[in-house]
Amino acid sequence: MNPKTPFLLKRLFTVSFLLLLLLLGAMFLGLSLGSSENGVKAVWQSLSGAREADSMLTTIIWRIRFPRVVLAALIGATLSLGGLVFQALLRNPLAEPYILGISGGSAVGAIIGILMGLSRFPGVSFTAFAGSMATLLLIFLISSGRTILKKDSLLLSGVMINAFCSAIIMFLVSMTYDSRLHNIMFWLMGDLSTADISQVGILAASILPCFVLIFCLSNSMNLLLLGKEMAQTMGVNIKFVTVTLLVATSFMVSATVCHCGLIGFVGLVIPHLLRLLFGPDHRVLVPACMLGGGAYMVFCDLLARVLPEQGEMPAGVITAMIGAPLFIFLLKRSDLRK
Amino acid sequence: MSTAIDIKNLSYSYGNGPVLKDISFSIQKGDFFIIIGPNGSGKTTLLKTISGIIKPQRAQLEILGQSIRSYTRKVLAKTIAFVPQMVQVDFPFTVSELVLMGRSPYLGLLGLEREKDIKIAEHAMAFTGVEHLARRRLDQLSGGERQRVFIARAICQDSEIILLDEPTASLDLAHQVRVMDLMERLKKEKSVTVIMVSHDVNLAAMYGDRLLLINKGKIVSMGRPDEVLTFQALEEAYGCTLLVDESPIGKFPRITLVPQKFSNSGPFEN
Repeated sequence: MNPKTPFLLKRLFTVSFLLLLLLLGAMFLGLSLGSSENGVKAVWQSLSGAREADSMLTTIIWRIRFPRVVLAALIGATLSLGGLVFQALLRNPLAEPYILGISGGSAVGAIIGILMGLSRFPGVSFTAFAGSMATLLLIFLISSGRTILKKDSLLLSGVMINAFCSAIIMFLVSMTYDSRLHNIMFWLMGDLSTADISQVGILAASILPCFVLIFCLSNSMNLLLLGKEMAQTMGVNIKFVTVTLLVATSFMVSATVCHCGLIGFVGLVIPHLLRLLFGPDHRVLVPACMLGGGAYMVFCDLLARVLPEQGEMPAGVITAMIGAPLFIFLLKRSDLRK
Repeated sequence: MSTAIDIKNLSYSYGNGPVLKDISFSIQKGDFFIIIGPNGSGKTTLLKTISGIIKPQRAQLEILGQSIRSYTRKVLAKTIAFVPQMVQVDFPFTVSELVLMGRSPYLGLLGLEREKDIKIAEHAMAFTGVEHLARRRLDQLSGGERQRVFIARAICQDSEIILLDEPTASLDLAHQVRVMDLMERLKKEKSVTVIMVSHDVNLAAMYGDRLLLINKGKIVSMGRPDEVLTFQALEEAYGCTLLVDESPIGKFPRITLVPQKFSNSGPFEN
């Protein structure tokens, strides 16, 4: 093989392997650490099903920590991938479902669903999806004047959509008096503590096909970065690719939003970091975002569980504390480049 | 020789007035065909129509003897490659990554390239003289290098026809000649039909086998450079004073701009 042109498959496998190790490492940490202190050896015994394993610990790990860690990994993967897709479609490295207000829209939908007393699946998932599609439509209506694709106006309209969604959320919350209030507030900030294994299974089954679909379109995403006209002359069906990616992404994001509320900036931090490390080729970045984003979210959730002396805080607090400063830094840098 | 492109009764409008009005012409296979005309004459629109980016409602457009409507997107991409004017790429692709994108219409469902594709890409980079830049990022290149990278990408598409939209605009003299020589070699060595929009009438005179002069969306004339680049036709189309004589280096016209301060005196008066 000529050293000038790194072979894609090799790079794809190397990157995926490394990040898979990272993800498994993070998941193992996530399973080991928690409010009850145990040694690594005891955890390993429980995980591997050894006979001398502590049955109490085994229950904690499989019933409580395992669903939560898997949920965190799925959410991280979805949100990073969502960020990656929006950045490619809008040709804007600062785009992200949370920043654009799509997460906010699906949160409004989800809260309406909760207040209507619907079950989490499929009821709330459906209203959340409707909410995200409505926001998406709104963004495209605003942006149909072409100029909006410029960075600033797109971000500004996202901020406004977010502000509007927050207002609706606060309005709905202020109308709620009973015990649902605390649940909603905690859920809004990105809470993973309610994970249970059957729900996590349903979530996985509904978003894994989206991952596969997005991977198949990853080369088209590369071409879209050169502009619609160029992509078209290289054989890309622009309408099909755009609509498929948007619907698949909104679906995934709203599915995770109804499980864990609003977790921001994961879709910004992870794609940026991975692009810096592995280059902008989406055929590498799509699997990398799934694995790396999963690892990142498992890690953030772990911090949220372990850092407070008592109880725990929502994982969304951690991701926003890391992500928001980074966003400002990137915005500043992109200004300097002009 | 057979026909590469055949256009009949092409009209197109963007909403506020027509851009192209009832245009009919054909381009022979293996020609270096250059479309010239003043700003806003419809050159780029014409090129985008041939590339399939713009689809006019009523017009007959045949590519290699078949209606453009009978082509699927991928087959069209394997037949015609397009090099647009400077593309802004905000993402840090390397040269070899960009050139390899030209192989996209040949890739399978997952869009992963094989060794064969890499060979073709390396050949294309060598052909345009950018192989030493393979690992460099696009934003680290000069305008001329960038243009040759985008041409290498088009060559990778392995198409019989290559379209270029003002490839020499904003390049310095050496890079202009280099790009034009490259297209000439591509035509001769790989018998590619080259169709180019250009602002530079002198380059068009030197390199074009056949030229098409359009103005206000209509064909003014078409033919060999010495047939098209006449002093009357150019002055009327561009609306400025020009001097046309024979180039000292060959049998083709040379066009000289005449500034206002000289245009009222000397041998330039008609």
